[in-house]
Amino acid sequence: MKWILNNVGTITDATWAHLWLALPAIVLSFALAIPIAWVASRFRRSRFTLLLVAGLIYAIPSLPLFIVLPLILGTSVRSLINVVAALGLYGVALMVRYAADALDAVSNDALLAATAMGYGAWRRFFGVQLPLAGPALLAGLRVVAVSTVSLVPVSALLGVNSLGMLLTDGFQRGIFAEVLSGIGATVVVAVAVDLGLVALGQLLMPWERLALRRGARHSTAEDKRVVAA
Amino acid sequence: MNYIIAAWQWLAEPVNMSGPNGWEARMVEHLWYTAVATVVACLIGIPLGYAVGHAHRFRTAIVSSTGAARALPTLGVVTLFGLLLGIGLEAPMLAFVLLALPSILAGAYAGVEGAPRDAVDAARAMGMTEWQILFRVEAPLGMPLLLGGIRSAALQVLATATLAAYVGAGGLGRFLFLGLKTQNYPMMVASSLVVVGLAIVVDLGFEIVDRLVRRSHPTRAVAS
Repeated sequence: MKWILNNVGTITDATWAHLWLALPAIVLSFALAIPIAWVASRFRRSRFTLLLVAGLIYAIPSLPLFIVLPLILGTSVRSLINVVAALGLYGVALMVRYAADALDAVSNDALLAATAMGYGAWRRFFGVQLPLAGPALLAGLRVVAVSTVSLVPVSALLGVNSLGMLLTDGFQRGIFAEVLSGIGATVVVAVAVDLGLVALGQLLMPWERLALRRGARHSTAEDKRVVAA
Repeated sequence: MNYIIAAWQWLAEPVNMSGPNGWEARMVEHLWYTAVATVVACLIGIPLGYAVGHAHRFRTAIVSSTGAARALPTLGVVTLFGLLLGIGLEAPMLAFVLLALPSILAGAYAGVEGAPRDAVDAARAMGMTEWQILFRVEAPLGMPLLLGGIRSAALQVLATATLAAYVGAGGLGRFLFLGLKTQNYPMMVASSLVVVGLAIVVDLGFEIVDRLVRRSHPTRAVAS
């Protein structure tokens, strides 16, 4: 406790550095996963290959990826771009599956109705399919966000500043409170980002709030997906 | 590109390859850690998951425990146990089991809990005991989900096993941290590539098992 009080500044700095790595990676994952998922859900044959590749990328351990990725990017191992790119790669790999399922789950009748009303392909996607897939996309993005935040600390082993620095420094100097506060702060950041996404979802999808208030229990299919991830 | 060639050369060097400190031995050690931790987590997680899944209870607790585990930084768990238990294998092993447990528990739970009510009721009407229902109806139906849980647990441990070397144990992480400390980039890349290859092979292995399990899945047998 005393250590925490004496080092509030260090913890705050590390928290900002942590967010500064995690948030761009989360935004990047979402932005890149949507077009890939669109391809996967539009062209049946590509789906299998795309999801297989995504699964394999997600299987790659993070520390080795942080080390190998600079060979492709041409950055240094400790560069922030390298860390964000690696985190983003995991995020995309995880998000593609959720997004493809989310886009697939949109009722075909709604899409046909939009076509019948004269919607073009673009307007139909952004005006009908994407909003209807919104809640499922949000559920996926929340999983991606939490796992991204908890993945950041590994980069501390390379010397990149984040809450992971509290873990490595605490371990090397044998400061128990520092390691504990590193874990605690990471969990708090993960929960905060998660709550932020829920709030953003309510802002962007006001119609969903009614469904949530009615106590709509998410189906077991949702849990299964969470487990499968 | 030069680094990849240098990494290959590093791997091909007999001194680096064989012997108790060679990457082949470290790779076996790495796989050994992964297998032991996954099996131990299975021994705890599957009975527990089946029990609560069969009873249809503690749903929220299980789902939120997997969510909470996702938020835990693996490096934090490894270093925390390292400080508590000291340098050696006990600390990382305990951390691996702890990290593998939630997804196995959730897989076992979701598989059994999600078995179609009709099938379970029919089994009960046919006079099956609760044990028979669990092992002959619910468990086979939930096999793909359980396997999915074991798969993500094993991959999680395989990845985290790289950190074992940070707290004084072995595994392929040895070369990674040695390379980091001595600024030996080819060595870091070489050992990273071995870990990546290992993860991909293990994942593909699970993919094959998954196909086989789905092929003999009861619902599929009924349909065909």
